[in-house]
Amino acid sequence: MNIHEYQSKAVLKSYGVAVPEGLPAFTVEEAVENAKKIGTPVVVVKAQIHAGGRGKAGGVKLAKNLDEVKNYASELLGKTLVTHQTGPEGKKVGRLLIEAGSNIKKEYYLSFVIDRQTARVVMMGSEEGGMEIEKVAAEMPEKIFKEYIDPVIGLAPFQATRMAYNINIPQPAIRKATKLMTCLYNAFVGKDCSLAEINPLVVTAEDDVIALDAKLNFDDSALFRHPDIEELRDESEEDPKERRAAEAGLNYVNLGGDVACMVNGAGLAMATVDIIKHYGGEPANFLDVGGDSSPEKIAEAFQIMLDGGQAKGIFVNIFGGINRCDAVAAGIVEAAKIISDDGKSLPVPVVVRLEGTNVEQGRKILQDSPIANVIMAPTMEGGAEEIVKRVKAAQ
Amino acid sequence: MGVLVNKDTKVIVQGITGKQATFHTKQMLAYGTKIVAGVTPGKAGQEVEGVPVFNTVKDAVEATGATASVVYVPARFAADSVMEAVDAGLDLVVCITEHIPVQDMVKVRRYMEGKKTRLIGPNCPGILTTDEAKLGIIPGNIQKKGHVGLVSRSGTLTYEAAFQLMNAGIGVTTAIGIGGDPVKGTDFIDALELFKNDPETKAVLMIGEIGGTAEEDAAKWIKENMPDKPVAAFISGRQAPPGKRMGHAGAIISGGKGTAADKIKALNGVGIEVADTVAHIGETVVETLKKAGIYDECHTC
Repeated sequence: MNIHEYQSKAVLKSYGVAVPEGLPAFTVEEAVENAKKIGTPVVVVKAQIHAGGRGKAGGVKLAKNLDEVKNYASELLGKTLVTHQTGPEGKKVGRLLIEAGSNIKKEYYLSFVIDRQTARVVMMGSEEGGMEIEKVAAEMPEKIFKEYIDPVIGLAPFQATRMAYNINIPQPAIRKATKLMTCLYNAFVGKDCSLAEINPLVVTAEDDVIALDAKLNFDDSALFRHPDIEELRDESEEDPKERRAAEAGLNYVNLGGDVACMVNGAGLAMATVDIIKHYGGEPANFLDVGGDSSPEKIAEAFQIMLDGGQAKGIFVNIFGGINRCDAVAAGIVEAAKIISDDGKSLPVPVVVRLEGTNVEQGRKILQDSPIANVIMAPTMEGGAEEIVKRVKAAQ
Repeated sequence: MGVLVNKDTKVIVQGITGKQATFHTKQMLAYGTKIVAGVTPGKAGQEVEGVPVFNTVKDAVEATGATASVVYVPARFAADSVMEAVDAGLDLVVCITEHIPVQDMVKVRRYMEGKKTRLIGPNCPGILTTDEAKLGIIPGNIQKKGHVGLVSRSGTLTYEAAFQLMNAGIGVTTAIGIGGDPVKGTDFIDALELFKNDPETKAVLMIGEIGGTAEEDAAKWIKENMPDKPVAAFISGRQAPPGKRMGHAGAIISGGKGTAADKIKALNGVGIEVADTVAHIGETVVETLKKAGIYDECHTC
């Protein structure tokens, strides 16, 4: 789960991480009001969206007086920002962060992630702040330093100090930098983050060390123990279909195309998206319904795929392992009854590939059903080709 | 033969009184697995499918001499259950549970350091040594005995692959589902090493997916350490957009790393054939076996 920068900064502040003074604003009036409260000669007006690259896209403005705050706030609120992380459709700005300007001496990079190979939390730092870390890794890998953290010990003081010297934090700011690292690590562990990234971390003219930007991602599997984080969810940042699917307990990712698929198992679901593309179709989604789905869940999955006219055809790809093909087939028939008025028609062609346990019974249920446009595929390849052909023919 | 488990391995089921665990205990017993005990705190003295239940893993081990366990415990308690099994000195723990917090697994891995237990999973379908034993949820009827080792990050793709192999007449020694989580007990290289040392296994099929660099690392390892056993592969997630989690917690392209293209390139680079679509996994294995001159030997069913 992702949250906004201003929310991340509030979480970090509660762990003792130094952040600029700032207040969120949802309207132009609020922006001006908050700029007054902050009262520094320069305030920063920052668009709050769940994507990086806001600065380059014109989403971060320096205002020298309240008129400028008003102008920038009216310009940004409601604007669609297109950054290299948003995709071409961009993201609409609904919130701003009004923040005290900082007297920046130098920018750095600092982050915590979980390293798969060592199964440890790793702290990464670089003196190339403000740049994307992937770019630094590609162009100047020697400028990235790492400290692997023993979960029993936590971030050891010597590791934080070593990092501070490695990335050339000036001597008067060393203690402040190591304190920030320790607080950030505590936040990372305390809130079950999957990413905590400060880019840039800055040393100010006064030799203070502050998190000028902040990005926190959280482990979805651990949200049950962080209801305070769950409350920060901004539903307007999420794809409405993905949101609806999550509520129904479905694993769904919108991919934007028109050939939909419904599959059991995440691996097979990814592979099904791939095979649709392989045969020239534009995949509409990734969808893992699991194997033991009820007819209601299958019906909801169909409705999500069809919603807004997105799916022009649906490929159902099921391998019955422990879960039986006949149960899935019965689920499709029941789903059709829920979706259509007459129980006999689905709005788009549905090609079904069933294989594995009780496959014959499953095929028979679908063949005997009154649903008009369900087509049985003899093989997975055949099914993928068939659905792509039918969607293209319908265009 | 095969690896990790056989018909004599004595197995505990942790969380045996749960609905899923009870269902799969029946399936595992039917396959011939020697399930000797179950563990659910507070349920000692009960029986599930004729299997005696104990309060702790230690009690179960002392009473039965079990050396392996399979964990079906709910996510928020599963990491603790794995550590309990490690503490009891088991050789093998297979954790089926999905959605265990990643930082819980970081602690588990730290706890396991210096101890002898091997962990498979979490978030996996388990392991199945053909005609001997299964620990987990892999269906037993689609995997025939043979000489190909199967290792996979995905459950359904394990079944899909075993099924395609069976239809192509190719049998399997052991299928190992290593799981879809980013932090896990056994990765590709560990599984490959087991297959390398198993005389019955003549070739390996590995099924990877986006996220992390385990497939790239495996490619390098295979070139350096296993030149004599041919490997075929499949990678899912070619069309996955960056930054999106595709069902599995570990299936995400982040920071430009973990793309299917990189993995396929690394595998092809060491001479490993990668199936172009999921429908061609079986064919790709057959071609690989033929090229290595061991097709007849591996055509066992």
